[in-house]
Amino acid sequence: MSSVFLSHNNIFSAYGPDSVSAIAQIKEGVSSLQLVEDSYLLEGPFYSSRISDDLLNEKFERLRPTENYTRLEKILIASLSDTLEKADLEIDDRVGLIVSTTKGNIDVLEKHSVFPEKRAYLAQLGKKIKEFFQFQNDAIILSNACVSGVLALAVAKRLISQKTYDHVLVVGGDLVTKFIMSGFNAFQALSPEPCRPYCKTRSGINIGEVGSSVLVTADTRQMAREAVKIMGEASCNDANHISGPSRTGEGLFRSVQAALEQSGLSIESIDYISAHGTATLFNDEMEAIAFNRANLQKTPLNSLKGYFGHTLGASGLLETLIGMHSLQKNMLFASKGFQELGVSRPLNIIKDTTSKPLRTFIKTASGFGGCNTAAIFQSAKP
Amino acid sequence: MKPSSFHIASYCRIIDNNIVKNDEVLFTEKTGDLSSFLKKAYKHMEIRYPKFFKMDTLSKLAFIAAETLLKDSVEKNTALVFSNKSSSLDTDRKHSASITDSVHPYASPAIFVYTLPNICLGEISIRHSLYSENSFFIFDEFNPRLLTDYCDSLLSTGKTEKILCGWVDVDKQEYDAFLYLIARTGVYPYTTDELTRLYRKT
Repeated sequence: MSSVFLSHNNIFSAYGPDSVSAIAQIKEGVSSLQLVEDSYLLEGPFYSSRISDDLLNEKFERLRPTENYTRLEKILIASLSDTLEKADLEIDDRVGLIVSTTKGNIDVLEKHSVFPEKRAYLAQLGKKIKEFFQFQNDAIILSNACVSGVLALAVAKRLISQKTYDHVLVVGGDLVTKFIMSGFNAFQALSPEPCRPYCKTRSGINIGEVGSSVLVTADTRQMAREAVKIMGEASCNDANHISGPSRTGEGLFRSVQAALEQSGLSIESIDYISAHGTATLFNDEMEAIAFNRANLQKTPLNSLKGYFGHTLGASGLLETLIGMHSLQKNMLFASKGFQELGVSRPLNIIKDTTSKPLRTFIKTASGFGGCNTAAIFQSAKP
Repeated sequence: MKPSSFHIASYCRIIDNNIVKNDEVLFTEKTGDLSSFLKKAYKHMEIRYPKFFKMDTLSKLAFIAAETLLKDSVEKNTALVFSNKSSSLDTDRKHSASITDSVHPYASPAIFVYTLPNICLGEISIRHSLYSENSFFIFDEFNPRLLTDYCDSLLSTGKTEKILCGWVDVDKQEYDAFLYLIARTGVYPYTTDELTRLYRKT
């Protein structure tokens, strides 16, 4: 089976319009979480990371759109256009498109929306992106809760291995909406402060907003400097509860084991873990149990939620892209917000951003519905 | 790569108040809406699983369809690959209406958790103790070609032994479920043509 790589990529976020602007700030330890006061979204102030309207509209207008697009469509198109520009790829019938999102254009259900309710159907979102870039194949939408972003990479790899496509563009994103904020608030899952994954004083999640995209390809002529090879990936359900994480970390443990097995790598060759780390009490505890069962408790680990918040359908993709840049820079990024270990099992949380030769990392994610995904990536440099 | 040794072991179609399994009508009901139809089907099938009543309509529909195909299956390495058109919009509308209610705006965790299409995969995984691969795709219509490519990849890389695959859609009073079990033995050939034929026939 031929190797499949992640290559050119974009992170469109509160940090700026591309991956480089996000990496530059993360390297300096700067979070993009800000205090937001918007009583329409949520009663009382909350922390979030949101893309500025000015930046979004400025970048989007340069693409010379000929019709009206929703905010999410603009974000996804802006992100994907940067990735496509870097890739310089001819879009023919061998190029696939995967959109990773949990809620898509859910804001069109709001009374003041200028868009028809029809726009809330996720295939419509896919169609808008497909048409903008004139993809020849229909978009495949993956909506699998908070593992969508990393599972989308596994799906892209599987479809390339299966010869359905030669290249797949994966784009992911979700909005910070009243719909989402009210729901997580009802679960009492929102933190009143910037989130602190794995910390003793953690008090829940922040919701953030990014668009991210990547070229997945088997073509070694398409390699960006930060390109990585997908070594193994797996997804396993907890079969335990639809909203509560498993007490034994079953699905996450099994996902990590299966991804490792497919990669043929030993635990010792994993240089770091880019974990999910939402900063809820139960999620972080579940991860600590799963990583200990997998004997990964000594492997350096971070959660990037302290920089972006939880970006839902984009998060697994976003955090994989940061991991690629982390390998390329040989730099372990600090797990922002962490002070003192607050889970029942040992974990090697990265406290300070440090330089270290890096080659391989594992990305994990877990979500509602009991889903878990793990994927292992290795630098494509010889 | 086409894993040659797989078949469609069984299929289930639920549409127009009919439940069909392998060309045979299991249950039918002349009148009533989807919600009452699913409750009657649950009773008719003599299922005892109180969690069923907490589920949203999409999960109930998926649960009943899965029950017909998995109740005799002992293979626990059974992946779930589902798809639909309307995602969880049926429940999304309920959450959206509830949070903007002019008299008593309220967000219910019990509703919000169902505002993701893959929750029905979680419900089926819990019911049948499946620690397996789960994915939920959204397409404009049933897309056997893409689902088959994806399932072939799971089978040929040895990620799973069986797959419960198909379409399960709920949109207000419109609904349609077509699930099929891919396994090493079975009566129907496992091809996209056959899937299209079975889907159109029922």
